[in-house]
Amino acid sequence: MTTTVDFNELSAKHTGDANKSRLRARYWAEMRLKAYGIAAIGIAAAALLLLVSTIATKTANVVYEYYVQLEGQIDVSDRDRERLADPNPRMRANLRRVVQGSLTDAIPGEIGRREGRQLTGLVSGDAGLFLGDRVKAEPDLVGQTARFDALLDDNMQLYLKGAIGRPDAIDSAGVLSVAPGEEEGTVVVRFGASEIGPIFGAVRAQRAEDAERARAEQRRQQNAVDVTEARLLAAETDEERKALTTQLERFTTARERAEVEANALDRLATSIGGGTRYELTGRDPSLLFKVGDGWIKITEVERGEGLGQVYLPLGDRAEFEEGDWQAFVMARPEGERLQTDRQIVWMEYFSDQGKIVRAFNTRILSSSDSASAELAGIWGAVVGSFWTMVVTFLLAFPLGVMASIYLEEFAPKNRVTDLIEVNINNLAAVPSIVFGLLGLAIFVSGVPVNLFGNEFTIGGFLPRSSPLAGGTVLALMTLPTIIIAGRASIRAVPPSIRDAALGLGASKLQTATHHVLPLAMPGILTGSIIGMAQALGETAPLLLVGMNSFIQEPPGDPLAPGNVLPTLIYQWNSNSERLFDDKTAAAISVLLIFLVVMNALAVLLRKRFERRW
Amino acid sequence: MNDMMNAVAEGEGRAAEAAAAIAESPAVSRSTSGEVKIHCVDVNVSYGDTKAIKEVSIDIEDKAVTAFIGPSGCGKSTFLRCLNRMNDTIDICKVTGKIELDGGNIYAEDVDPVQLRARVGMVFQKPNPFPKSIYDNVAYGPRIHGLAANKAELDNIVEQSLKRAALWEEVKDRLDQPGTGLSGGQQQRLCIARAVATAPEVLLMDEPCSALDPIATAQIEELIDELRQSYSVVIVTHSMQQAARVSQKTAFFHLGLMLEYDETGKIFTAPSHEKTLQYITGRFG
Amino acid sequence: MLPYASLLIALLACTAFAVCRQRAVTSAEGKLASLHSRPAYHGLYALLWVAIAGFGTFIVIDIAATAIMNASLYAMIAERAPDLRPIEQSLVFTDAIKLATGGVSSTVDDLRETIAARYESVNFTRVLAISILGIAAAATAFYVTYHQVDRTFRARHRAERILRTMLWTAATIAILTTVGIVLSLIGETIIFFQRIGWNVDDFVFGTTWAPLAGVQEGSLDPSKVGAIPLFVGTLMITIIAMLVAVPVGLFAAVYLSDFASKQTRAWAKPLLEILAGIPTVVYGFFAAITVAPAIRDFGASIGLSVASESALAAGMVMGIMIIPFISSLSDDVINAVPQSLRDGSYALGATKAETIQKVILPAALPGIVSAVLLGTSRAIGETMIVVMAAGQGAQMTLNPLDAVTTVTVQIVMLITGDTEADTAAAPAFTLGFTLFCVTLVLNVVALRVVRRYREMYD
Repeated sequence: MTTTVDFNELSAKHTGDANKSRLRARYWAEMRLKAYGIAAIGIAAAALLLLVSTIATKTANVVYEYYVQLEGQIDVSDRDRERLADPNPRMRANLRRVVQGSLTDAIPGEIGRREGRQLTGLVSGDAGLFLGDRVKAEPDLVGQTARFDALLDDNMQLYLKGAIGRPDAIDSAGVLSVAPGEEEGTVVVRFGASEIGPIFGAVRAQRAEDAERARAEQRRQQNAVDVTEARLLAAETDEERKALTTQLERFTTARERAEVEANALDRLATSIGGGTRYELTGRDPSLLFKVGDGWIKITEVERGEGLGQVYLPLGDRAEFEEGDWQAFVMARPEGERLQTDRQIVWMEYFSDQGKIVRAFNTRILSSSDSASAELAGIWGAVVGSFWTMVVTFLLAFPLGVMASIYLEEFAPKNRVTDLIEVNINNLAAVPSIVFGLLGLAIFVSGVPVNLFGNEFTIGGFLPRSSPLAGGTVLALMTLPTIIIAGRASIRAVPPSIRDAALGLGASKLQTATHHVLPLAMPGILTGSIIGMAQALGETAPLLLVGMNSFIQEPPGDPLAPGNVLPTLIYQWNSNSERLFDDKTAAAISVLLIFLVVMNALAVLLRKRFERRW
Repeated sequence: MNDMMNAVAEGEGRAAEAAAAIAESPAVSRSTSGEVKIHCVDVNVSYGDTKAIKEVSIDIEDKAVTAFIGPSGCGKSTFLRCLNRMNDTIDICKVTGKIELDGGNIYAEDVDPVQLRARVGMVFQKPNPFPKSIYDNVAYGPRIHGLAANKAELDNIVEQSLKRAALWEEVKDRLDQPGTGLSGGQQQRLCIARAVATAPEVLLMDEPCSALDPIATAQIEELIDELRQSYSVVIVTHSMQQAARVSQKTAFFHLGLMLEYDETGKIFTAPSHEKTLQYITGRFG
Repeated sequence: MLPYASLLIALLACTAFAVCRQRAVTSAEGKLASLHSRPAYHGLYALLWVAIAGFGTFIVIDIAATAIMNASLYAMIAERAPDLRPIEQSLVFTDAIKLATGGVSSTVDDLRETIAARYESVNFTRVLAISILGIAAAATAFYVTYHQVDRTFRARHRAERILRTMLWTAATIAILTTVGIVLSLIGETIIFFQRIGWNVDDFVFGTTWAPLAGVQEGSLDPSKVGAIPLFVGTLMITIIAMLVAVPVGLFAAVYLSDFASKQTRAWAKPLLEILAGIPTVVYGFFAAITVAPAIRDFGASIGLSVASESALAAGMVMGIMIIPFISSLSDDVINAVPQSLRDGSYALGATKAETIQKVILPAALPGIVSAVLLGTSRAIGETMIVVMAAGQGAQMTLNPLDAVTTVTVQIVMLITGDTEADTAAAPAFTLGFTLFCVTLVLNVVALRVVRRYREMYD
């Protein structure tokens, strides 16, 4: 039995005081939902911003490339002379020796064999070839002394861009006296009145930092030990206990190791610069002294005195006034970078001499892939992408248009049509890598079939790694997109136009091709461009059909082996050289520019031809 | 010429029918309380640059049914939607003038449309039950407004509302089934029950029977007459017969203007405005 | 030679068009209206038949002749060097073809040179046969169609029937693709299971994945083909991705459809579209270069050890990739909820938030569920992000801070790795087949749900 409800009493609740606070709570809930929405948009925007800025900053690193200006006599061997005379541009002379000789000449002082290799490492491995190309173009240069620019090695370019930092100048007061050391090429330096605290300070700070890191590791391991001990106490089965005990041992050892290391580093940090002699290692910051015209690298320090190695000759003077010498600290230790101290000194010397030339980096656009980071470019992949897209378009567009006309204008309502529709919708959602497997099996390798005891291979008619194979796979992937877009725009053409054409006695096919298709074409094109843009960024299926090969020359036709921009990005990303990171970003920028252009085209097309019936 | 005469004759027939409908509803007392529930002065509504309602002033009475009639596009629905500020949900819609509910201006700064709509309920042209169970549909209003302290009270409100909407007997055994599964007439009564459960003071009905068959229409009309006992009901209708059957007062709208507002009987028997006469005799509309 | 033959056929087809068109005009005897079909249709009819006959013969004969030629060459290899294994035989075969076509062979020996010589002579015969037969077929078609031209001949109907058949063929490519996928995957899958002695449960429930470790003479070690680590890794990354994408995508969709001003929508929607248009390889780079190190550094700063390639990084970036997918699909279904339901709710005094939470989202739920399912299927099938940022070792872990591996990563590793294609293909295609089945089920369910939902409000 229910009691009667007094609706008037309920109505009164709407204006009551209790409702005021209730309303406030309800609006608060609304604000919260709104805030979640704004936060969601914010997250998406922040992610995009971060992505774009990552790529932009890394791309900015490769906008320029660096050369060193050299001068040397162009002496060529007989073999090179032959190659220089050969009209075939593929016959290139490598004037490596000229480059090496000019480098040696450019640097004052003697250069030993071990240093010689570091010296060659300053310039790109292909510097000799580039010089050869130039001499081939200007044959008069042979035998002459010529000035030329040699492309620097990727690590040197990174150094000049400040990727690993440059030597920092530190306080260098007082007179510096230099005396020859016991060994050849070494010197003993006395700092005289100079306050050399900062010099040790840098080393000490580095050691203290290392010690702190070791302490943190020790704390982390201690934490793991504690947790594991607690779990061990709570463990129920023997098996568990056994596993935990092993873990515990591992954590304990790690903690002890970290502790020992931390203590040692602490001791070191406090002792440096004291009375004891300290030998600088590859894990310490480098101390480099610019003394007059020369450079010294300090290898051992003691209060007021140091032992150094001469990297560039100092001349005959034994004493240098304040202002005549300068101490530098290179914070990143030599052991943690690919540029030796000697190379850094040489680079600084070239910089001081004004021999470093910065040029706009067109190489990345115009050259193809290379194992050397400073030489690698995207041209081969761009051409590969172009051929692949041509194949994709030529296959997918006509087939897509034909299929959409059939499905919209002719298809009877039956099971086959239903099956086709279901298939199209499903194919649009099949992972791209599955298409890659399809392409690999059917187009590239062929599917082995055993028929009546005979081995046959079905398919396998397209060459591996070729844009033709890649384009065919992408065409199959793009087809559903084009068909779906095509059907939508054909459906958007009003029936009145069909009726008008049919009423004038046109056949169904004539109606479709003469009247419906032209009106639907902008929509189909828009959909196709969007589909092509997706295909342009596709990677996984192309990896499987072998389009990740190392291609040093752009494919001349769709049958030659090639790669595409996305697979090039993948390959470069897995390279360890730092400069490849930046070049990868640059390749991504180019890819994104292509995509932006294509999408803008699609939007423009839609805006221009959009028609409401 | 002949055709026109026929049309006029037919129109007069329609007017006569309406008058007969008035005479034939004996159960309904024609008298009203006379208390003003909603007081509107110089209401103007515009959508962007187009004016939909011009200078409408009207007093809507409590415990009475007021009908808005007029040809399509005359603004009667727009005006109805002003009364619970449903027009707020349309960005370009602008309302000026004064609309007072129990003496308080509903377009005042401090009036919360959410609270207002709880007091002024609305039923739409097409039944729009939520895709939820019948019970949840009716309990929706009480739940969001916190009208029930516990489950028992809520059950009670749901039952009473469904009874008021004359739907209880038909659905009491299947309250947990979706409201969308009911027939059109039942759905509309469910929507009325849903509005009733929120305990409004005024019920706005925007052509509530236009999507229903005659039997369902009769049921709803009977229901409206019941509801009059407790609420001020405002109904927009296309059918003059319906207006004549259910309402005590009738307002005639034409091209955004309210041309005439009077006792229903008077409007249908002796309209004072020429356009009204033309409309009820079927010369346009 | 083949290109010239093709050109000749194309030329023949064009000639057929012109000739038959002219013949139709002549047969009308000046009264063009007396023709059943306009002259151009007579021409078109002839053109279509000539092209179909010519190129069709080309393709059919080519496939047959190539198969016969290859079989005879293989037989020759087997006869001359009976000891070679099948793989070595195929190596000799490809080398011989390279020698014959001026490519670079792995080695040059007598056997290869003999085969190459043989290839050269047989291939010449093959090309000649294809060309002659193709041109002959085209010419025959030309002859037949020429004689069909007549005043009453229904050329338009015939031509249109051919064109319609071509349209139908284009439409059935979707079916052929699906059939192709299943065929290409299932063959190797059967081989794979044969090699592990049909111990299917070893694959489905085993916990060690190193399929190439115990390979010997065509059989795999069943104890090393357990795919559980891959499934766990895939699942974990998918869950992380969906934990990012679903709330962000859904809230964004709700905000954009019901709260945002026109101006906000004007920049927020394109923003999401841009996210959707970025290639996955770019997301992979972003994950590997920016997000993974950031998570590792952050972990280190609060005392957690995070692998430099962690499931968390890959999952988060994948989540970002899927945000626009979820938000645009949800946006569609939220907008499909009729305005009358919103009005009904507002008229009862509900706030916007209440309307969304209690009316719109429940009403749109089927659509949102299908969006999430489609998103999940995407996450499972996504390759590049995980290849570049999730690691490759097949270790089993439930810790999102460790490196994990996924089904897609293993497919790429197996196919692009250094192992012989023959050995690596079986496990890779089996994984592919598994992936295809799982995503297919998800897609079919999702599409069904969304279709039913559309029907509800249409």
